[in-house]
Amino acid sequence: MHRALPLMVVTAFMVPSAVPAQDGAGAQVKRGEYLVSIAGCHDCHTPWTTGSAGPEPDMKRALSGHPQDLTISAPATLSPPWSGAMNPTSTAWSGPWGVSFSANLTSDPETGVLRDFSEQQFIQTIRTGRHQGQGRPILPPMPWPAYANMTDDDLKAVFAYLRQVPPVKNKVPDPLPPKQ
Amino acid sequence: MAKGIAAKRLLMTGQVRCPVAIGAALIAVGMLRSGPAVPQNAAGTPPATLQETGLYTDQDRLQVDPAHLAFAPQYPLWSDGAAKRRWISLPPGTAIDGSNPEAWVFPVGTRFWKEFSFNGQRVETRYLERKPDGQWLYAAYAWSADGRDAQLVSARGKRGAYPLAGGRSHTIPGVTDCKACHQGGPSEVLGFGTLQLSPERDPDAPHAELQPEPHVDLGYLVDNGLLVGLPKALLDAPPRIAAATATERAALGYMHGNCGHCHNERGSLQNIGLFLRHSVTNAGEPAAMSTIKQAVKKQAPGQSPDAVLRVEPGYPDRSGVMQRISSRYPALQMPPLGTELIDDEAVRLLNRWIAEKGASIRQASANQGR
Repeated sequence: MHRALPLMVVTAFMVPSAVPAQDGAGAQVKRGEYLVSIAGCHDCHTPWTTGSAGPEPDMKRALSGHPQDLTISAPATLSPPWSGAMNPTSTAWSGPWGVSFSANLTSDPETGVLRDFSEQQFIQTIRTGRHQGQGRPILPPMPWPAYANMTDDDLKAVFAYLRQVPPVKNKVPDPLPPKQ
Repeated sequence: MAKGIAAKRLLMTGQVRCPVAIGAALIAVGMLRSGPAVPQNAAGTPPATLQETGLYTDQDRLQVDPAHLAFAPQYPLWSDGAAKRRWISLPPGTAIDGSNPEAWVFPVGTRFWKEFSFNGQRVETRYLERKPDGQWLYAAYAWSADGRDAQLVSARGKRGAYPLAGGRSHTIPGVTDCKACHQGGPSEVLGFGTLQLSPERDPDAPHAELQPEPHVDLGYLVDNGLLVGLPKALLDAPPRIAAATATERAALGYMHGNCGHCHNERGSLQNIGLFLRHSVTNAGEPAAMSTIKQAVKKQAPGQSPDAVLRVEPGYPDRSGVMQRISSRYPALQMPPLGTELIDDEAVRLLNRWIAEKGASIRQASANQGR
């Protein structure tokens, strides 16, 4: 018993210490969910539909981006003074840059845009407005310049939350270039 | 954003009476194309004029301080055909630590300048300075039309700095774009390192520049006590790209100087597995090994579906690398920033390399069959 006592004491200290670590991860995800909810991510990355109370994001497809079966093949035709337009699901935006389609941010391993992103790349993407932090420019209306002011901890929380959003298989089309 | 949501609800229910909110939102997002930059860190605020950085001893005559060292890397970064001049200044009595030949460590107070000219007209001069906290300060200065002085450019950069072919124009990059490249690898200093200053210069390097006096290279820096700790083996056998042919050496060198600052084994894009930066410490050429017959990991928007491989020997047209560098569609082009035009000389060089690679493989197969 005397020999076993130190082990029991150590074990007693070890068990509680593991719990806060899990709580920490859970708290980070909750924080990320909160930030996503207030930062307007669903405005464009979740397809909108008309519900009983009017237009609302279709949370069954939360954060899955522009629906792949909703084909758009050309930018909007507009007359001055208009310079841009969006489609009814609020997932396709047309403007001087061409047509941008909101990305699938879910954890789907085949079609989720973040499947190849590391946490650092996600942070750099938001900081620089470039794909994976160094690549092609992220198109409007993604308000990355505002999100670039978020702290690293906030961006990490958003990333942690997005990584565990239920997967929705939805291959978002490539952006369309502007009319020549 | 709340205004945008409210406007969206009205639009979707057909109750739009005041579309100003949506219009304003769209105009606002249109303006985002130039993109504001992340504020400068605590390293400080750049001087308001180029003169204040200490490049010139005589601003009126644009006399560069003779204490600064002019240099030219052997594989220069191509920037829409701009002619470039570069200088480094080390604080007196200090030296660069080259004990890690992949990432030299520069003393606090080190300054770099790079001047960009088009058709003999100075357009911009970029500036790097290592601050006491170890951070690098980034700045760019735009030259006045009369070429007499240069003022600090906003951290957001400056579009339309000089007209180029096809209605395009040279863009002075914002600080975030500068950092996108300079912070993509083991060292924030690009173009001033072991391979770039090797005395074994590649005679076929694309866009090669004459070395200005006093011919700064590894030997010069070591002999003058400006570079310490560099492994002696690299002085005895100066680094050069190992390649089967002169074309391949130049092609891999071009990718080292123009692509390797992002595509390397140390930076945040390492998970792509595309390593175009030459290593002076490891055997083999990562740029060849990670491209030739290697699968395109993910097709870029606008990329042809026949580009299955990054480099398909014998078939430049359906090699992913070629499709990327031959485009200036923003979602497809490589490099993704820093150029508005296609580098035709590089396209010809890499085309030739891939074609020759196919021919040599076919020849090797034929020889084996005999």
